Amino acid sequence: MKVAISAEQPQFEAELERRFGRCAYFVLVDAETREWESLPNPAVEARGGAGTQAAQFLADRGVQAVISGDFGPNAYAALETAGIHMYTARGGRVSEALEALLAEQLERVTGATSPKRHQGGGRGFGRG
Amino acid sequence: MIIAVASGKGGTGKTTVATSLALAILGSSPVILDCDVEAPNAHLFLKPQFDQRQQVSMLIPEVNESGCTGCGRCAEVCQFHAIVVLAGKVLVFPELCHGCGSCGLNCPEEAILEVSRPLGVLEAGTAMDGIRFAHGVLNIGEPMAVPVIRQLKLWEPFPNGEVVIRDVSPGTSCPVVESIRGADFVILVTEPTPFGLHDLRLAAQLARDLDLSAGVVVNRDGIGDAGVDETCRQEGLPILMRIPFDRRIGEAIAQGRTLVESFPEYIPRFRELYTRILSLTGKRQKAAL
Repeated sequence: MKVAISAEQPQFEAELERRFGRCAYFVLVDAETREWESLPNPAVEARGGAGTQAAQFLADRGVQAVISGDFGPNAYAALETAGIHMYTARGGRVSEALEALLAEQLERVTGATSPKRHQGGGRGFGRG
Repeated sequence: MIIAVASGKGGTGKTTVATSLALAILGSSPVILDCDVEAPNAHLFLKPQFDQRQQVSMLIPEVNESGCTGCGRCAEVCQFHAIVVLAGKVLVFPELCHGCGSCGLNCPEEAILEVSRPLGVLEAGTAMDGIRFAHGVLNIGEPMAVPVIRQLKLWEPFPNGEVVIRDVSPGTSCPVVESIRGADFVILVTEPTPFGLHDLRLAAQLARDLDLSAGVVVNRDGIGDAGVDETCRQEGLPILMRIPFDRRIGEAIAQGRTLVESFPEYIPRFRELYTRILSLTGKRQKAAL
């Protein structure tokens, strides 16, 4: 099974990054051999649609499961369609998240875990 | 003559300035366009009777699944990741779509049709003192404000508007860019506080980037600090008007009354503001105020 884990740094021992669509890196691990590679997330600076872009990126690489902190509605819908299972981890290292997944300690996500976001915020402070 | 009233910071008094400016220059038959389609509020003060309406929609892709081979070309060309191809299945995210049509143009199977997605509505009518008024109202929960603003700007429910005053949303995001684009002058309403200054700087930079001439109205003058004044001096931004911090003004606004309605002594000051804008933009005053 190929697992993608959102990470702050491109390493197996990096801290897990809580945001799915806009994480800095994905660490892709083969759960059987523990062989891993890290890839920069192409959606990190997307103006919009980061969740769908990241989902497409992982689906194109044959990922079957994703561990992250939160999944927005668009990311959830895209990963669900791709048949990629989603799991949430509260924090810790990428390696720990993988072990927790294999020990069946992670919660499988069955709905979006964070609210809808979209481009073009910035309405200024103290909107009256 | 198109004057956009923007601010950066929210709640500084854009609508106060826009509505009172319009009421002060009735002789120039002003048109008010409330471009803050996410939260329009100028109608609360000017009380228009809407008698013209127009729906705003955009075209989004619809995939004919029997014709689709799942090749992924549509997802490749979409700049907004509004269409993705996963496990051979195409998924469209309408709220991410900007309606550019690239997916349909690039589909080798011609399996993508365009369907209309409603975004909001435009309304126009005559408001108090004969002011011609139009605004856009974005549907609840809808993130695509820009197409509604663009359509509002193109809509001409009133022919021959000599002066158009656009009430703009706060911030410096895409809706603000669309609302001030094409204006002859941008009034930046601020308050003399660190928050006001911070967002004024961003808004002034935006006006500069769009090559628009701009000037500042300081509202709630007398509170805060001298930061706004100093910055305006350093950056050559003219301060066109000051409205003092006065509880009575706040009370009048809270009751839905415009500034000049409650305090007619401001009428000449708004006229002076308009005259200064005309001279800054090099336009001549066509009719007597």
